[in-house]
Amino acid sequence: MAHAEAAPGGGHDVHDTTTGLSHKKLLMWAFLGSDCMFFGALIATYMVHKNGSLVGPFPEDVFDILTTSTSTFVLLMSSMSMVLAYNALTRGSLRGFRIWLLSTCVLGATFLAFQVFEFNEFVNYHVEIDCVNLNVEKLTDFEKTFIDRCDGTVDHVEIETGLTPRTNLFGTTFFVLTGFHGGHVTIGVIWLLSMYFYSFKKNGITSRHHEEVDVAALYWHFVDVVWIIIFTVIYLFGVFPGFD
Amino acid sequence: MAHETHTDNPYAPLDTGHPSAFTYFKVAMLLVALTAAEVGVFYIEGLGHGIIPILLVLSAAKFALVAMFYMHLRFDSQLFSAIFVGGILLAFSVGLALLGLFKFYV
Repeated sequence: MAHAEAAPGGGHDVHDTTTGLSHKKLLMWAFLGSDCMFFGALIATYMVHKNGSLVGPFPEDVFDILTTSTSTFVLLMSSMSMVLAYNALTRGSLRGFRIWLLSTCVLGATFLAFQVFEFNEFVNYHVEIDCVNLNVEKLTDFEKTFIDRCDGTVDHVEIETGLTPRTNLFGTTFFVLTGFHGGHVTIGVIWLLSMYFYSFKKNGITSRHHEEVDVAALYWHFVDVVWIIIFTVIYLFGVFPGFD
Repeated sequence: MAHETHTDNPYAPLDTGHPSAFTYFKVAMLLVALTAAEVGVFYIEGLGHGIIPILLVLSAAKFALVAMFYMHLRFDSQLFSAIFVGGILLAFSVGLALLGLFKFYV
């Protein structure tokens, strides 16, 4: 059997390839390149229809930048733990690999929990107006459309105006984009979790399997990178008050 | 490339040519700092539309750090970079074309 040392792609019993690189890694990069176009199309669609909603709620009504910043931090840390898991495996530390891999799964699941929380908040969003201490300047444009309900007979107005994919263009494009991203994260968590449990099998995952782990890590880092773009373009650009 | 030594130990360390754990940690701290900067800049209302290039540069820097260090593009074959960057450029071009088609103005 040909010795593996001449194969730049690395890995156990790598055969000669036309590029000299691992086919597994090349395929994953090709997939990630195509996934870039997939998310690029979704992000572009969101931006095109950003100001096209006829009814609210709008981004400034529902987005909570601090909560989303926290979930962004969680996902960034999961990227760090994933690469540390790979590093531990190549150093021959199976225990270190398991610890960091499980950390990645936990952080990824935490991010998903944040997403579920956020989606739930959006769906159950309601406008609340204090008619007694009414400060019109602090209301968003959408909230101002309900001011006439403060007709002097009520102290407090509360209107159920949840955001769903069917509510308006913002809801449709936002939920499709972040929903697909969440789906990618879910697949990643399942993949990494199965890898974690497989590592308990005798010689299930050894340092010679670093290429397989690297491929999984590439997928995970890509999911993080897409979120970096989404956080900036959708969330930060979406509610920046300086654009008014 | 990974260099294996002749050994029966399945957990023998490999030299993959990739950075150390400490480098990964430093990159993580840089990513946290860039994210904090993005959120901090967000609260400066006086920037107006000037925030757009600032946030784009910050997020591009985060993107590059993850791609180069965590995804090992800096240390691996340039063919991987070409495939990934090609996809990004195509996505960016299609996005710009779509925005131009719909006459999108921020």
